[in-house]
Amino acid sequence: MSGVVLILGARSDIALACASRYATGGYSVQLAARDPATLEAAAQDLRLRHRVGVSCHAFDVLDTPGFVSFLESLPEQPDVAICAVGFMGDQQTSQRDPQAAALVMRSNFEGPALILGLLAERFEARGHGAIIGISSVAGDRGRASNYVYGAAKAGFTAFLSGLRNRLARGPVQVITVKPGFVATKMTEGLPLNPRLTAQPSEVAEAIWHAQIKRRDVIYVRRIWRLVMAIITALPERLFKKTRL
Amino acid sequence: MQLSGWGRYPRTEGRLSAPRDAAALATLLAEGPVIARGMGRAYGDSASGAHAVSTRHFNRMIAFDEGTGQLIADSGVTLGEVIAAFLPLGWFPSVTPGTQFVSLGGAIAADVHGKNHHVEGSFGAFVDWIEVMGADGTITRCAPGDELFHWTLGGMGLTGVILRAAIRLRRVQSGWIRQRTLAAPNLDAALKAFEDTAQATYSMAWIDCAASGPTMGRSIVMSGEHAIRSELPAALRAKPFETPAHGSPRVPFDLPGFALNPWSIRAFNSVYYWSGARKPPSSLVGWGPFFYPLDAIRDWNRIYGRKGFMQFQCVVPLESHAEGLRAILGAISRTGAGSFLAVLKRFGPQDSRLSFPMEGYTLALDFPLNDRSLTLMPELDRITADHGGRFYLAKDSRMSADTLRQTDPRWQAFASMRRESGLAGAFVSAQSTRLGL
Repeated sequence: MSGVVLILGARSDIALACASRYATGGYSVQLAARDPATLEAAAQDLRLRHRVGVSCHAFDVLDTPGFVSFLESLPEQPDVAICAVGFMGDQQTSQRDPQAAALVMRSNFEGPALILGLLAERFEARGHGAIIGISSVAGDRGRASNYVYGAAKAGFTAFLSGLRNRLARGPVQVITVKPGFVATKMTEGLPLNPRLTAQPSEVAEAIWHAQIKRRDVIYVRRIWRLVMAIITALPERLFKKTRL
Repeated sequence: MQLSGWGRYPRTEGRLSAPRDAAALATLLAEGPVIARGMGRAYGDSASGAHAVSTRHFNRMIAFDEGTGQLIADSGVTLGEVIAAFLPLGWFPSVTPGTQFVSLGGAIAADVHGKNHHVEGSFGAFVDWIEVMGADGTITRCAPGDELFHWTLGGMGLTGVILRAAIRLRRVQSGWIRQRTLAAPNLDAALKAFEDTAQATYSMAWIDCAASGPTMGRSIVMSGEHAIRSELPAALRAKPFETPAHGSPRVPFDLPGFALNPWSIRAFNSVYYWSGARKPPSSLVGWGPFFYPLDAIRDWNRIYGRKGFMQFQCVVPLESHAEGLRAILGAISRTGAGSFLAVLKRFGPQDSRLSFPMEGYTLALDFPLNDRSLTLMPELDRITADHGGRFYLAKDSRMSADTLRQTDPRWQAFASMRRESGLAGAFVSAQSTRLGL
């Protein structure tokens, strides 16, 4: 298996782990982030380790009008697109400040959904491709501690679900990834339960297998499927009183 | 949290940080003394302390020169990663210790050796330059000839945090090793086998420490050469760098402390010796089983139980090696302690400021953590000292400052250099405190 993988939000730990996994599988890699100069060291590392082509591209998830020209600027149309863009923000700030909340919503929902939507169009017209969106378990049910972020991820999850439904009869794959806790920059310093916490490389491995096995929705550690099944099954009357 | 090395003894209460870049590391240095920690594969407390700083985010490969084999990489990159990236192009680490799960920084800080020490020297012989962050957060690049370089090779991380290095790889034509195996029925035969294989690129022996009397020191002596393409069977020649996957079982839990006892150790060693003696004298093996037999069993340190284990590694100089080794083996078999895994190896000459090797023989032994071992090991220290030998700090977890002072005066010069240059207050491990460095 080989081809070209486009990784959006490529500075994140999960994104870089995916780049490494796909490069191991022989894929060329397109890394995209707001400031492509910051990707160069990672790109060089990938080239040396895997002897694959790696290019760096400027991509701003908030610049929706620029999405078409971004896709046009890519040297090659990718075979796989992974969106790892994510911005947790601060719930307290998001509650008070609509601008801050809008930034969280746009970064986690609007931008990722729209760029993957455009890519899906192209993949469908061409007749193949895989769309992989990294959403979150936070989108499965809104919780007091992070519902602005959670709502945005819920929107993203719903968008991917609809996209998958629309494309199900065709060759284009759509995969929703809900990693659970992951030991990354975003969660550094948080007291996370190690049994619930995956390493970035585990997430990348799970994504790689999901694509090969044509999965639709994956949780990285199996226990999360159970945890979220319980959380989503709780009656609202009970759920609203929990502190999760 | 509790920090310990590969032997899981001793355990030190300390903080573990993992800065993402040099600026974050410099901020941590300003807060107080630290010790760099790579893969945590030193056996004792070399990379434990009040504040250990992990180099795992310093993990980028930066450049590779296909003409010279020079690799520039961050210190957190492991030898296994180097092999994965460059063996397919026909390059292999010039020197490798018995595990591929060591970081470049750790390999330099301990100036590790491999099976080719007798002909090619230690890891440091293939380091072109290193970059070290000092106490004030500035990064210095240094090379052979620079003071900092010579204090850092083998300096156990006590001169600063190694951030980056340029190392030279060796060209190989395949991922296979032509291995020769010889069963030596006693110590004299084993030592003779080493002298007979002095020309081999790689050599080492597994030695049965449980054997005594006429079979004392019986060994399986192995030597090897990188196989060239024409030596491979036709089926392998098309893909000479592909060897069968090596290693997947994992020790899933701590074995109870009694699992390794004098009887099981004796039985294991006998089985190992006799199965080694039945091996064909010459065979083709993959690089994995040849260099890293123990890497095949992940978390093998758990076989020693929850309490952990200790390593003892000494080198005895050429003048007195036979008597020294005999005295050590005699003491071990007298106490019935036995070592599950014991390795004997010939060292070649070494001329460096702090590195462990010297021309002679090195013996490495594992002992489960118990009273018997704790009584035996100081006795082994004394025997080694009496024969002019010295000890490997990457393996040490319990030596006294006095023993180090007696056997290896080089460290006194190191300690005073550290005091004078302000390094003593900036880079501190549990080991450096214990040994008065």
